[in-house]
Parts: sequence; structure tokens; C-alpha cells
Amino acid sequence: MLNIISAAMRVIEIPMLALQRRLGINRLAWAFLLPNLILFGLFAFLPVILNVFYAMTGGDNVLLADRPQVGARNFATLLDCQNYLDVNSCREDKFWRAVWNTIWFVILQVGFMVGFALLTAIVLNRDIRARGFFRSVFFFPVLLSPVVVALIWKWILQREGVLNAFLDWTGVGGINWLVDANWAFGWSVFISVWAHMGFYTLILLAGLQAIPRDVYEAAMMDRASAWRTFRRITMPLLAPTMLVVLILALIKGVQTFDEVYAFTGGGPGTATTFIIQYIYEEGFAGAPRLFGLAAAASLLVAGVLVVLTLIQLRLSRNNVDG
Amino acid sequence: MARVFSFLTATRGKGRLHWTDWVSYSYLIIGIFLMFGPVIWLVLSSFKTANELDRFPPRFLPYAQETVEVDGFEDPLLAFTVIDGDLTGEVVGQTRRAAGRAEIIVPSNPDERIRVTVDQLEPIEGISFATENYTDLFERFNFLRFFWNSTFITVTATLLMLLVNSMAAFALSKYEFKGRTSVLLIVIGTLMIPQTVVLVPLFLIVTELGMFNSLWGVIIPGAATPTGVFLLRQYMITIPDEILDAARMDKASEWKIFWRIIIPLSAPAIAVLAILAIMWRWNDFLWPLIVLTRTENFTLQLALNSFQGELQTDWTSLLAMTVLTLLPIAAVFMFLQKYIATGIASTGGK
Repeated sequence: MLNIISAAMRVIEIPMLALQRRLGINRLAWAFLLPNLILFGLFAFLPVILNVFYAMTGGDNVLLADRPQVGARNFATLLDCQNYLDVNSCREDKFWRAVWNTIWFVILQVGFMVGFALLTAIVLNRDIRARGFFRSVFFFPVLLSPVVVALIWKWILQREGVLNAFLDWTGVGGINWLVDANWAFGWSVFISVWAHMGFYTLILLAGLQAIPRDVYEAAMMDRASAWRTFRRITMPLLAPTMLVVLILALIKGVQTFDEVYAFTGGGPGTATTFIIQYIYEEGFAGAPRLFGLAAAASLLVAGVLVVLTLIQLRLSRNNVDG
Repeated sequence: MARVFSFLTATRGKGRLHWTDWVSYSYLIIGIFLMFGPVIWLVLSSFKTANELDRFPPRFLPYAQETVEVDGFEDPLLAFTVIDGDLTGEVVGQTRRAAGRAEIIVPSNPDERIRVTVDQLEPIEGISFATENYTDLFERFNFLRFFWNSTFITVTATLLMLLVNSMAAFALSKYEFKGRTSVLLIVIGTLMIPQTVVLVPLFLIVTELGMFNSLWGVIIPGAATPTGVFLLRQYMITIPDEILDAARMDKASEWKIFWRIIIPLSAPAIAVLAILAIMWRWNDFLWPLIVLTRTENFTLQLALNSFQGELQTDWTSLLAMTVLTLLPIAAVFMFLQKYIATGIASTGGK
């Protein structure tokens, strides 16, 4: 393997050397950048522009040239509601169900996740034994694939699963978790928190450890209570990290798809269908493939994400200094 | 046991446990249970036979009924202990069972078949790992194919990403050229556009390039990542320019400087990025779901997801397949967890 790689590198050197002679050293930088720029251009920027065109065409042809212009009709379809608080009054009610599901999901998931991540980080930041071990315990689900996470919990929650066996034993009685809309939604929030919490714990723990010890020592000298120390020292000094974590979690939360799709398939009904699943289903899973509608919905999501990312970039620049 | 207890209860420096220590340790122990428990349960369940999986309430360890060899029978017979009647206490093999009655044989007397009622028998069970759940995967499904697809995508995409991103990072950290700031801004700009919101046009481009239903359609679009460029650039900036100048004095070409000096010196950052890339690619789901629609192109994740629909009741295969899918990542984690933690903390995730 290494032999192949180093042979390949020697082959690339020939054209690169020729280029270096023609361009000079500093302009050679473009040659180094080229592959990356091509990939970014083709698979990141071009799609953004094309997305706008897709959003303004109809039909189920994938080639833009074969697609009829419909102007803003896709957006009109998506946004056509008598009353925005009542999904049943909307023409594209599935979209609005997905939107509201996503909003509720993001609120609950981000709230619980950041809350528990903070709690865990605080506990891990204490003088405890085997901190490295406990840190990995909370972190390792981050590495599991979304499908694996979904199947692990499906197996536990299935009708004859271990959780229902336990509830039977305690006398509460089993519940058909994933058939009930509210329970399915609640468990989707739970598995998502379970799977991603460790990542945010890690960032918050790093933030806590960056707080200088002597500030705490000064507080101890002044006999500040633990609660007061937390309120007056930990909270304000951790606030920048907390904000970054919140925004990051929001960006990811809005894009939730994989684990919930593998977990419930969006059901029962549309109880756990989120916005990315809506886009996937309109554009790719069903027939006819409504690329235009999917692209229009993507643009709306992209708008939200761009705002969140700009906030995040601003915060992290103030924070880490580049 | 006493040592375990003192290990768990001791705090650094202080002699006695404060109540907050009790709360902390209880929290951590509940944490272990909640985080590890489900995975352990999955692994144990994956070794259970189909009968045992159907059992409700389930048992913790995988049990299976033992068998006895009886002369005159090719296959071993299911073993029972007789708990009632003349033969009480004997270990017997069962030849047939129907309508509440069973035909049994005492192994020492293989010629005589005895009829008893089912409630006179109690199955003999022992802990046994049903490894056939795993071996069946290779016979019944094209498991190796999915495994190969996942591996090919992961390895190729990781190598490609490392090369392309380190080249860009080198250019952005070690050269002064017009337009550097704009390129950096472009890279930052791509951070704002996750794949999830450009699925439709990306699908068109990949189709037009003839990569629909091809593993390359999964590999190439994700090869350039802003995260990777940033991570490597931040590291390469710290490499002193004098080293490059010295190499230039010795008439080394720029490519040689990149390949022989910059890459080896950036090894720690490259290792971190490699681990992240392996993780992302192995676990990738949405984009492969769109690009790969034919079963023979499925990655493990896709296969797992589609089988959970088809094999609703066949948990034996599904659980074993889930375990095999998480195994490579678990192995990477065990050996490289320190790098993973620092890597993820320094890049802020994907």
C-alpha cells in the first residue's frame, strides 16, 4: 500500500515540476489548490446555484433543460396556508407537519442534550477517579452509525423487548412504544440525545478546564458557596463555549434525519417525519419525483442554516481567535 | 471487592466523601449503565437462537437447549429431564412432539420409544453462543459484498480526502499569492452549505457525471471538506518556513517539499483527520441512500437499514449484522480514542 502511494507521488512530481518551472514558486500554489477548488466548485457551489433554478421549475425530469419554468409556484405551494398554526389548513400539510415536528424536536433535543452535556461535563470536571474512562463512556455512542443506534434501541423497545419485560415485572405493564405517536417522538428525542450528547460533553469539558484554577481558589478564600461559585464564576466564564455548543447543536438538530429515519421511518403516520426526510421523500423516495418542491424546501432550510452558521462563525472567531 | 469499593469511593486528596461526591458517582454509574447497557444487550442478544430471542421475558445470557446423541439417529436429539412418572430424573432425548404428547428415548436403551405428556419433561439448557447467527450472514446474504463496498468507500475516500485537503492546506499556509484571502473565504463559505440542503442539484451533477449507482458517486462529492482544510492548515502554519527554505536551497521541487517534509511533519493532524474521515464515511447514510439504489452497491449501513424492513421478524440475522457493522468503529475507538477526542474537540465535529 505504502509502495503504491509513494510511486504515485513520484509520478505526480513530474507534471508538478514542469508547472513549477513555468509558473514560479508562488503561483504554483494554484496547482496545489486546484483539485480542492474543482471539488468545492462542482459539489458545493454549483449545487447551491442550481438549487435556485430547481426551486423555480416543475415536473419530474432531472435535467434542468427539460423542466418547465414555474416561477415561484413551488414556494407558493409550500407556503400556502390559511392559518400557519394549523397544519390541516395548509395545502402542503406534510411539509408543515415536518416543519413543526422539526421545531419541537430541535427545542426538546437541544434543550435536553445541552443540559445533560453540561451536567456530565461538570461531574467529569470534578476531582474524580478514572476521568478518562468515564469520559469515553459518555463519548463512545458518538462513533456509532445512525442505523446501528436506531437498531440497538428498536431491539430494546420492541413489543417483546427488554424494557417491556422490565415494566411487566414491575407491574406497570408493557407499552407498544413505537406505535404510539407521542412515545415514538419522545424516544426519537431520547436516542438522538443518547447518540450525540458525548460530543457536546467533550467540548464543554474542554471549556470548563480552560477556566483558570486561581479564580476558584480566590472564591474559596472568600468563602463563596458552591452555588454562588457556579453562578458567578463557572456560568459567565463558560458562556462563550455554551453559546457555540448551542448553535452547533441547533445546526445539527435541524438536519436530523438518519437515526430517526432508521428508527421509526418517520412514523407512526408522520409523527417523526422531519424536514430533511420530507425533502428526501419528495425528491427521491416517491414517484413522481418532485425535485422542484424538494429544492424549494431545501432553500428554506438552507436560509435557516446560513443564519445559524454565520452566528457560529462570529462567535468562534471572538472565542478562539481564528 | 474492598479494593474496588475503596477505588470507587476515594477522592483525590480529601479523606472523606462529601455528599456531592456520592451524587457524582451515582450519576456516573447510571451513565455507564445507560451508555454501555444497550450495546452489551445487543451483543448478548446477537448470540441467541431464534427460539431464545422469541422468549418473553428475555433472559440476560444466551441459553440454548442441549442435545443428546442416541444410537440410530443421525442428528442429536433435544435433551430433557423427566420430572414426573416412572423415569423421574432420567435424561432423555425427544424424537417427536405433537398435541401435548412427546415420544422420548432413554439413550442407554435406544430401541424402546416411550410416550409421555409434555408436562412430564423439562428442557435441559446451558449457556451457548449461537455463532450460526453470524455464519448464516455469509451464506444467506451477500454480506461480504456490503462489507467490501463499505470498506472500499471508506479507504478510497479517506485517502483522496487526505491528499486533496493537505495539498490545499499547504498552498493556503505556506504560499503568499494574490487571492489567498478570497480562497479562504470560499472555503469558509462551504461550511455553510451542508450536503443535506443541496441534495437535488448534487444528484443531478453526480448523475450527469455518470456516477449514479456507482461507489465513486459516494466517494468523490465528499472528498473536499472545509473542516479538513482548516484543521490541516492550522497545523501547517506552525511548521517553520526555514525548513522549506533550506530544502529549496538544496534544489528540492515544491512537490517534494510537500510530500517529503510537510506531510511527515503534519502527521499528528493528518492522523486526526484520517480517523474522522474513516468515521464519517463508514457511518455515512443519507447520501449513499440517494446515490446507491441497487442492492449489490449497498454499503453496510444501507443493507442494515433495508433488511430491517424486510426481515421484520428475523432479529437473529439483523442483530448479528448490527454487531458486525459496529465492530470496526469499536476497534478504531479502542486503539485511538485519545486522538478521536482531541480531533473532535478541535474541529467542532463535521
